[in-house]
Amino acid sequence: MNSRKVGNQTVIYVNQPVILSSYSIVGPMEGKGPLGKTFDLVWTDSLNGEKSWELAESKMLQNAMQGALNKSGIPEAEIDYILTGDLLNQIMASNFAARALALPFIGLYGACSTMALGIAVGSMFLDGGFAQNILVGVSSHHDSAERQFRLPTEHGSQRAMSAQWTVTGAGSLVLAREGSGPRITAATIGRVLDYGGKDVNNMGAAMAPAVADTMVNHFQDLNRKPKDYDLIISGDLGTYGLALAHKVLRQSGVDIGREYTDCGTMIYNPDQDVHAGASGCACSAVVLAGDIIQRLKSGELKRVLLVGSGSLHSPTSALQGQSIPGIGHAVVIEA
Amino acid sequence: MRILVKKVLRPPTIGLSPMEYQALSKQISPKPTVVKNSIRAFFVGGLICMIGQIIINLFRLGGLTFPEASAATSAVLIFLGALLTGLGVYDHIARFAGAGSIVPITGFANSIVAPALEFKREGYVLGVGARLFQIAGPVLVYGIVTSIIVGLIFFLLH
Repeated sequence: MNSRKVGNQTVIYVNQPVILSSYSIVGPMEGKGPLGKTFDLVWTDSLNGEKSWELAESKMLQNAMQGALNKSGIPEAEIDYILTGDLLNQIMASNFAARALALPFIGLYGACSTMALGIAVGSMFLDGGFAQNILVGVSSHHDSAERQFRLPTEHGSQRAMSAQWTVTGAGSLVLAREGSGPRITAATIGRVLDYGGKDVNNMGAAMAPAVADTMVNHFQDLNRKPKDYDLIISGDLGTYGLALAHKVLRQSGVDIGREYTDCGTMIYNPDQDVHAGASGCACSAVVLAGDIIQRLKSGELKRVLLVGSGSLHSPTSALQGQSIPGIGHAVVIEA
Repeated sequence: MRILVKKVLRPPTIGLSPMEYQALSKQISPKPTVVKNSIRAFFVGGLICMIGQIIINLFRLGGLTFPEASAATSAVLIFLGALLTGLGVYDHIARFAGAGSIVPITGFANSIVAPALEFKREGYVLGVGARLFQIAGPVLVYGIVTSIIVGLIFFLLH
């Protein structure tokens, strides 16, 4: 068998899927951040005339997917599958966005790692000949996440210093077997690891071991080193999670340096008072769909390793005193 | 510490045990800014109480007795807390003031009005009605239980 699987957890794509187009939408706060100019659309109001935060999030996802489709020039009927996910219960934002598009739909849940998961799985479909064109999309919304995971949005309380701010945004990509654009060349599917972190206000620390584990396996499977990448970027570990991941990787014998950073540290300015940075499915998705893909296209970056990070707890598991399982999924994107 | 991680992970993996990782995590994670928070809470909480005192004095000047003036002041402060929550201001005050704006009666108003606003979208019965006391509920439950216990002790001692 001509296996595409190498080592323990990694696949190498033979027919390398292409990112035909990308589209990102963010809320007003993200629009004011350092990456504000890299997004395709900035909503001036995070409710945007919808009846609820959840419907606003779903609309944002739907618009982002429509935006990516329009940019790709692929007719809607030629999309074989849409792969989407979000953070809401029963992935409500995805289901309702998929209802509007009415195309064959596969719902994903990888918490905040869903964009990387969607790219990895979608690329398997494309490489394996199961599809010609795939639409991947994810969303998160600060207010819908607050009310589901934490407290009503208008409740007055102080956030922990290690807490991260859920990104209001949606990112979408059109992946295709043929065409031009950055290519997906390999992916490492992560395993769920739980190193005992219980603090839901410190999710970066809960996810860092799983992200580091995926990276350690990725480097071994492909016999590569961090220096083989121009940029290694995790999804939403935030300031402290990133610092932890750096330490953990060095203690695991990985020679990692400044090429490794985190999407969660890029979206907000320090004066936006978000504490430990950004989080949410949209965090890595909008940084990828905007900044990273633009830098790949301009030639500034040649090979990028995106490691989506997911915190796989639920409000119920946290209340029942369980520690937080984490996951990291890695995809290699090359110009 | 009970850790739900598979005992033997297929190598390679990270070079730390869960125990070592938790120690490292504790070392790197930020400490709560207790002193700063306390100072802010002291001043904002004090300011809210001072406003309350001014309102009491005004009611007293208007001719109310002291118990009447305090009841009326509570009502005014609850109204102000609810109004500022509805205007979307109270959560910003609380981000700065913390306990200084949670503990006074305005904070209690905020804890009722915030879920009312949030869950109106799920309807008046299963939304607002069922979840109005999401935050204030525990305060009421344990406040009332404590008052019963204290009352019983008082009754038995006399």
